[in-house]
Amino acid sequence: MATREIISTGNELAAIAGVDAGCTFFGGYPLTPSSEVMHVISDLLPKVGGTCIQMEDEIAAICAVIGAGMAGKRTMTGTSGPGMSLKAENLGLAQMAEVPLVCVNVMRGGPSTGLPTRVSQGDILQSKNPSHGDYKSITLCAGTLAECYTETVRAFNIADRFMQPVIVLLDETIGHMHGKAELPTLEEVKAGIVPRKKFDGPAEEYFPYECEHDEPAVLNPMFEGYRYHFTGLHHDKNGFPTEEIETCRKLIQRLEDKVALHEEELESYEEFMMDDAEVMIIAYGSVSLAAKESIRHLRADGIKAGLFRPITIWPSPAKKIKEHTDKIEKVLVVELNIGQFHSEVQRASSRLDIDGLFKVNGRPISPYEIVNKVKEL
Amino acid sequence: MAFNYEKYLRIQKMPTLWCWGCGDGVILKAFVRAIEKMGIKQDDVCVISGIGCSGRFSSYVDFNTIHTTHGRTVAYATGVKLACPDKVVVCVAGDGDALAIGGNHTIHGCRRNIDITMIVINNFIYGLTNSQTSPTTPQGMWTVTQKIGNIDPTFDTCELAIASGASFVARETMLDPKKLEKIIIKALEHKGFSMMEVLSNCHINLGRKNKMVSAMENLEWIDSITTSKKKYDAMTEEEKLNLFPTGVLKQDLEVREYCDMYKDIQDAHQGKRAKITQDDFAKKI
Repeated sequence: MATREIISTGNELAAIAGVDAGCTFFGGYPLTPSSEVMHVISDLLPKVGGTCIQMEDEIAAICAVIGAGMAGKRTMTGTSGPGMSLKAENLGLAQMAEVPLVCVNVMRGGPSTGLPTRVSQGDILQSKNPSHGDYKSITLCAGTLAECYTETVRAFNIADRFMQPVIVLLDETIGHMHGKAELPTLEEVKAGIVPRKKFDGPAEEYFPYECEHDEPAVLNPMFEGYRYHFTGLHHDKNGFPTEEIETCRKLIQRLEDKVALHEEELESYEEFMMDDAEVMIIAYGSVSLAAKESIRHLRADGIKAGLFRPITIWPSPAKKIKEHTDKIEKVLVVELNIGQFHSEVQRASSRLDIDGLFKVNGRPISPYEIVNKVKEL
Repeated sequence: MAFNYEKYLRIQKMPTLWCWGCGDGVILKAFVRAIEKMGIKQDDVCVISGIGCSGRFSSYVDFNTIHTTHGRTVAYATGVKLACPDKVVVCVAGDGDALAIGGNHTIHGCRRNIDITMIVINNFIYGLTNSQTSPTTPQGMWTVTQKIGNIDPTFDTCELAIASGASFVARETMLDPKKLEKIIIKALEHKGFSMMEVLSNCHINLGRKNKMVSAMENLEWIDSITTSKKKYDAMTEEEKLNLFPTGVLKQDLEVREYCDMYKDIQDAHQGKRAKITQDDFAKKI
């Protein structure tokens, strides 16, 4: 397969990916360490007739993005943890009204203002439930420079398929990492774009929220002759507020099931030296790079270690994790938080003896720390 | 011939949740008459409302409609307008929506001068949630959160919009629907950010405890606190103190609209014009 090489940073690659994937609207607000996404896309979008606007705050940024999405555009925003916290309420509206968008979150130390310029993976659980209420988040996590591009492209197609926000997690290390990325060709990316479904029958037969129990809404862009209503309230088949018992129950169950019953479409992970592994390291994002390095050292010392790296974080690859944890006794989750994905591995594996190596001081985990920890197991 | 409201209203969603005697319906009807008079197609209009009684405005009118989170109408509208600059984008917000939780978006919508018409229905109270203090509740009035009397200083919606850079600012009351309709037309016709404040009644949640038990008493109070801009301008500062001027308070036809200016950005990036510099702007600081 033909590829192309780009020397760039993770944040820049996410911005380029957005434009290549057909994004025509970006709304943002400066936030370290994600700002470069907006720096780059503010030059790229107007070149192709698109729009990038720096809004007055994080809340306005997500609202403008949702508005443009309702108008039918492919849209994107970039932020970090504090911005995710501010965007949470309106991410909830996008879940409820089923408006697709891509939100790149370049993780930094938290909680609160935390460590603005230092790396963290502390937003794993936040990205599962950023807003109140029941819905099923979709979160992808880039573990290489190339994936900052390919996962952002994938996020756009998933957002339109499932009609909801998709979060792309980068961490500060990978966002600011500078290097060579081998990417699919532009032609391949363009050929892979699957736009959201549209209804093309008569307007009086159009019911945007009337769909199968496990399917997303079919939302035509505004201004095209199909007038309906968007709301964050529980709503009926035309989008109008209702408190009718069965309609309310079905709506929320559908928001869950449209993702839960199609998890196989979203599943994505990498297995590195897992074939004969007697120790399984689970890591994602930039930490997985250190984990791979540690595995080479461990193998040189005669310890058969392997890496399982979730790329789709939510819904988590729980079945695959269980398959491995049923066979492999020694399991170590390595992450830059105090066990946020570790708890998911415990849940998926039904085991409470999963080991963890955690760090929350804004510094990366070195391969040697992982080697030493594995040797202690 | 009687006006055909059924064409523009979602009659099946009626009766509205607004109380008997509420001014919101008068404003709603004036708005759809304005749209008809201007000959705008329903498909070309997007009405965006927030939370509160005014938040339900969008579900009763047959346009492309969005019922947003509390206070965020202008932010959503900014995305819609930039995505589709040739469409008519209208925000309808209450006083709490526009000036408290959404104050930041209101200010910056005005500052950008993006072509959005914002109708702020000011009834001086949080009505839907039962009488909490709003940024426009007069000092000394009873609210459920300041039962001993409100001490919070008030915002003047129009002064705020003028200071923030809106190029069209007007105030009217719902007492004269014909006049209201005409001024809404002016707001919609204006290219740029149009702030249209409409003073309305809430005899249930403002009036009940403030000696305006009936809609009529509340309307009489609104009448007593308003006067035309022409009369207002001729008054002494002392006479002006407890009056709101009505009519068009500001219209600047020179200042450029935001989507138009963004086109310059696109053109510059596409090599169709030179980079934008300070020379492009008369006001440099």
